[in-house]
Amino acid sequence: MKRIAVFIPLAIFAGFAVALWLGLSNDPTHIPSVLIDKPMPPFELAPVVPGQRGLSHADLKGRVSLVNVFGSWCGVCTEEHPTLMKLAANRTIAIYGIDWKDTPADGAKWLAEHGDPYIRVGNDETGRTALDLGVTGAPETFVVDRNGKVRYKQIGAITDTVWHDTLAPLVAKLEAER
Amino acid sequence: MNRRILLKILAALVLVQGLAVQAAFAVLPDEMLPDAGQEARAVALSKNLRCVVCQNQNIDDSAAPIARDMRLLLRERIAAGDTDDKAVAYLVQRYGNYVLLKPPFQTDTILLWISPFAVLAIAAIGFFVSIRNRRSIATGKPLSASERQQLERLLNATPKSGSGTPKS
Repeated sequence: MKRIAVFIPLAIFAGFAVALWLGLSNDPTHIPSVLIDKPMPPFELAPVVPGQRGLSHADLKGRVSLVNVFGSWCGVCTEEHPTLMKLAANRTIAIYGIDWKDTPADGAKWLAEHGDPYIRVGNDETGRTALDLGVTGAPETFVVDRNGKVRYKQIGAITDTVWHDTLAPLVAKLEAER
Repeated sequence: MNRRILLKILAALVLVQGLAVQAAFAVLPDEMLPDAGQEARAVALSKNLRCVVCQNQNIDDSAAPIARDMRLLLRERIAAGDTDDKAVAYLVQRYGNYVLLKPPFQTDTILLWISPFAVLAIAAIGFFVSIRNRRSIATGKPLSASERQQLERLLNATPKSGSGTPKS
């Protein structure tokens, strides 16, 4: 018994070491969203492209969709964009855009340059809606179910891998829900 | 000639100093509330709110655009008449407890708060148990006859030739 007791501190240390070691693989920039399983907070955004319609939380009901937060100033968004273009071209999923901390003119120019995969884009120049959504950076993408509830937040770019491994299975699951 | 160079260096130093001072204040004048009391409350609350992109900085110190947005939102709530708790809760509602530099004491943070005290208690218990064991060894029963003999033998054993303390 006493022999074993000698090893208790070592065991405690080992437990801490393993827990902290595992903690190292957590990405501290991935702040868990408090919106998960909650309805999208109400917002009403002006259009980016003149003549088109803006974006409101009410638009997100009826089908499973992605709400992508981007900005013309955001480099990673440019890297992510081809994947979104592909998803839109294949009609894989409805994608909405929030042009964050950007002038409508810059946003429209960026969309003209890189293509527009969004069904609707709203301009959030003040960043107020992004605050309501708990956005910490761009790109960020919310997966919204057909009832307008947020089910997942992708922090960082949607690459082809992220789509296939994480988002596509989730979207399929949400689409199967009634 | 020398004086001109000296003046130039001095001017450069003043400029650098000015920039440094500017960088030290993230809160820009246009953000501040006109009411000094409300502004002081906002600053005090900002110091306990975490900037969500520069995570070990509070929003009062951070020059990140999103920290500025958070400061403005906080001031908006205070100007609207929110209490300190309500204004902070408004941000927590959006970003979660993550924005609080001091995590609240609640069910999912119990481990975080009590584990240092638990470890201390375990260590204290271990310490006292080992002290007690040691004392019981010291005041234990006297040596048995065979143990006494063994001790005697060890004490009287003469070192073999060649060993022993080295001579200087």
